[in-house]
Parts: sequence; C-alpha cells; structure tokens
Amino acid sequence: MKTEALITMLTAVGTVTAVTGYFFYLVLSTPPKQEPDSFEENDDELVRKND
Amino acid sequence: MTAKVESWGSRVGLILAMAGNAVGLGNFLRFPVQAVQNGGGAFIVPYLVCFLLMGIPLLFVEWSMGRFGGKYGHHSTPFILDSMDKRKFWKYIGVFGIFTNLAVAAYYCYLESWTLSWVWHSISRTFAGQSQDEVAGFFNSYVGLEMPFETIFFWLVCLLLNTWILSKGLSGGVEKVAKIGMPLLIVFGVFLAIMAFNVEAGVAGAINDASVGLNFLWTPDFSTIWSPKVWLAAAGQIFFTLSVGMGSIQCYASYVKKNDDIALNAMSAGWMNEFVEVVLGAAIIIPISVGYLGVDKVLEMTQTGGLGLGFKTLPFLFEQWGTVLAILCGVCWFGLLFFAGVTSSLAMGTPVMGFLKDEFGWKHKNAAWAFGGLVFILGLPTVLFFNYGVFDEYDYWAGTFSLVVFAFFEIILFAWIFGMDKGWKEITTGADIKVPSVYKFIIKYVTPLFLGVVFFSSLPGVWDKIINKDIYQKIATTTDPKELEVLNETILFVNASRLLLLLVFLGISYLVFVAYKKRKKEGRI
Repeated sequence: MKTEALITMLTAVGTVTAVTGYFFYLVLSTPPKQEPDSFEENDDELVRKND
Repeated sequence: MTAKVESWGSRVGLILAMAGNAVGLGNFLRFPVQAVQNGGGAFIVPYLVCFLLMGIPLLFVEWSMGRFGGKYGHHSTPFILDSMDKRKFWKYIGVFGIFTNLAVAAYYCYLESWTLSWVWHSISRTFAGQSQDEVAGFFNSYVGLEMPFETIFFWLVCLLLNTWILSKGLSGGVEKVAKIGMPLLIVFGVFLAIMAFNVEAGVAGAINDASVGLNFLWTPDFSTIWSPKVWLAAAGQIFFTLSVGMGSIQCYASYVKKNDDIALNAMSAGWMNEFVEVVLGAAIIIPISVGYLGVDKVLEMTQTGGLGLGFKTLPFLFEQWGTVLAILCGVCWFGLLFFAGVTSSLAMGTPVMGFLKDEFGWKHKNAAWAFGGLVFILGLPTVLFFNYGVFDEYDYWAGTFSLVVFAFFEIILFAWIFGMDKGWKEITTGADIKVPSVYKFIIKYVTPLFLGVVFFSSLPGVWDKIINKDIYQKIATTTDPKELEVLNETILFVNASRLLLLLVFLGISYLVFVAYKKRKKEGRI
C-alpha cells in the first residue's frame, strides 16, 4: 500500500476503533444507578401543565 | 395519572438497539461509494468533522428530546415536540417522525427482503457458474417481478418477521434481536474484511491485490478537501448514517428512565455506528471489487450507487473463491446486510406503535400488526412498480428530504425555543460522562447552520424532482417508442406515489389532531 493511504487508513480506523472501544468500556464499567432513582421513579408519568 | 410503561431490559441492549437503528445497508453500500467519489482518504476529514459538529449534537438533542417526552408518557414525536413548547403547531411538525418511519419502512422492508433472498440463493448455489452479466440480470429480473412468487414471498416473510418481533415488545423482541444481530453483524463483517484483505493478483481470477482497492479508497486527494460538494456529501452521509431526523431515536430514548444517562449512551451508539461504517464498511466492497474488476470499472459502477456492487457484483466475485467460500461469504455478506436492515426497520415500527398505544389506547400486539398492515399497503406499490421509480420516489421524499426538514426544525425547537439552558440540563442530567461545554455553543449555532446549509442546498434538487426534470430530459433524448412509453408511464407512477405519500402525511396529521382533541377532553394536556 502507498504510505499516505496506509497512514490515512490506520489513523482513521485506529481513532474510530479506540474511541468506540473506550465508550463501550465506560458503559460496561459504570455501575448502574441505584433504585428507585433509576428504575422506579420514571414509571410514574407526569402530566404536562400548560404554561 | 400513573401508568406502568414499557422499558429497556438492559443498558447494553438499549445501546445495541440504538446502534442497530443507525447501522443500515448504507454503512456498507453508501459510505464506501461516497468516499470513493469525494476524494478517497481526504473524505474522512470532512466526514469526521461533520460527525463531531452535526452528528453528535443531533444525537444528544434527539436522545434528550426523547427522554424528556417520555417523562410525560409520549413515545412519538408529535407529542414529544408538543411537550417542549406551548405553541400548538409543533405537534404537526412532529408528524414527520411518524410519516418518515412508516414510509421508509414500506420500501426498506422490500430492500431487506432482497438480502434474505440472496442468502437463500447463496446457499442454493444459484450464482454458481454464472457470468457477472448473468448475476446482474438475475437481480434485474428479480426486481422486475419476472419471478413474482419468489419476490413477493421473501417480502412477505420479511414483513411478517418484523411485525412478529415488534409484537414481542421492546425488551422481548427488539432488544433481543439487537443483542443477537449486532454482534453477528460485526463477526460477519470482520470475516469478510479478512477475506477482502487477502485478495491477491493472479489468484482465483483476481487482477489486483487488495492493496490497490485500499489505495484507491484511502489515498487522500487534498485538492478536493475544500470543495463544498465534498463537505455537503460528508454532511449528508453523517446525517443518513446516524438515522437522525427520523423520530426513531426519540422514540427509543423515550423509554429511558428520567434520571438515567443519555450522554454516554448516545456517544456509544453513535461511535459504534462509525466503527461499523469506517472500519468494516470501508474494508469489504471496494477492495474485493477493485481486486477483480479494476479501478476504472468500479469507478464506473459507483456512479449508480452501491446497490449494483452489493447485489449484482459481489455474488459473482464470491463464486471465484470456490464452492465453500462462496456459500460462506454469500451468507455472511447478505446476512450482515439483513441484520443491518432488520435492526433499522424494527426501529421504524416503534414510533408508529407508540403513537397508536399512547393516543388511542391500542394494545401492543394490535399496534404491531396495524403497523405491519400499513407497511404492507404502503409497500405494495414499491414491490409491484419498482421499475417505474416508485421505490426511488419513496426513498427521496421519505428517506431523504423529510429527514432534513425534520432535523432542521427539531434543532431550532431544541436550541432556540425550548432553550439551550433547559436543553443542556436535559443532556447532562444523569450523564455518566462529562459532556464538553463547547457542545452548548455547537448545538445552538454550528449544528443549525450545518443543517440549514444542507437543507437550503437541497432545495434546487427538490424543485427539479417536483417537475420531473430527469425524466423529461430522458424523454427528450429517447427515440425508442417502447422506452418512451415506459418513461411516460414512469411519470404517472411517480406522481401517483407522491400523492399517496402526501395523503399518508395528511392522514397522520388528522390523527394527531384527533389525538390532541382527545387529550384535551380527557384533561391530559
């Protein structure tokens, strides 16, 4: 492969893979929020007030 | 009022479903073609800039609009938008978020059925011993309904499969499919990329090494990097690849609990789509086709889009690798496209069902089958009159133009009417990452500007489309009476499909009006 093509490809592919991996790692390593904040509160729907 | 609402089973499931919504056939068929036509490796610079300045902000906006609407029990855009401002017309702008999903699902399901059918034909060795022209001819006769039973059978199977999965609910259907489909898609993609990288000149009929295709795709042509056309193409690609402006992201996000994160979720799903597009999408179709057909032929073929390469060429090229690999690669390629398609079409069903459930009290299963029925009725013309441009017409008005219009309005509503202070609070509430505060500025000024440019630059094309300029130009240069007859019929079908889409839009608007009156009567607004 041409050097400039190789550099462009590796930079783009490497950046996208690293950022995707980083965010997915954060998702997997972040502990879930405690109930009831996370899972129950939103079960009660609000009624919109006309303002 | 207290009501138990449906919700996602797990965070990973939500992200995979959201990424599945974004990952579609365009990641594998449209992106490489756009890159090749717009400066090769240099395209990636404007592309990634557009992702950072338009894609990510729109993801933040749509996720937070969805979660905000969900707090009020809204799961479709008409009343999500309505809950963000007291002016009454927003709910009618929100009609786009139902119309687009319904109309796109109508033709997308047909496209999806081709992938399923091509999996079958790969296994049953239909393409064995066929020349490239014969493989292309097979595609043309398939969509030309020369084998109507098979075409309609696979379409109905796809439609029923989608409806059945949707009827199983969010966590029991959509999420399960995303958890199976997305990892399989990545595995298939990685396998095909390895195969593509191993194409070697002189082996199994290849005329070039894989590196020729990769050079063709990734060598930067910096003379094009400041061209407005390239930036517009990059913005358009980002826009369509992320499925923003459809209303499906808002719908999925409306099932997120009010204090749960959306910032990290939006980034994860968005970047996962980029991974599939930039890493896998770029590594398959171009290196293989250039390896066997050469740069000039591929450049010529990309002028008509990626469908030709994906369905008319790759099956022929896979056959060069021998029986076992031809079957395996055919199943992987069309299986990958099928999973990319089905995870997107499921996302299109959810807003329509949410609307029927929220506003008219429909049961989940009934709403799913109603969606299936509507897609059947609306999709039938795309199947029967594909060669008369009906499919393309749906794609243009519902799958392209409506997205830009809706996204333009929603960013104005979010940043300028709902207000950036309230909007920023919505984005950052419960966030598991620190959202860079520069995005407050970007969402308010840069993204609307980007969208405005995309929107207004598309208007001349819209007018040409309305007056059927392309078709009349063809009529003016055609002398063959048979072809002239087809072109005249095409005008009829194209105009009829526009009228049908307009009636669907007006019909949904009327339902929104009825729902509004109903809500008012019940004191829910």
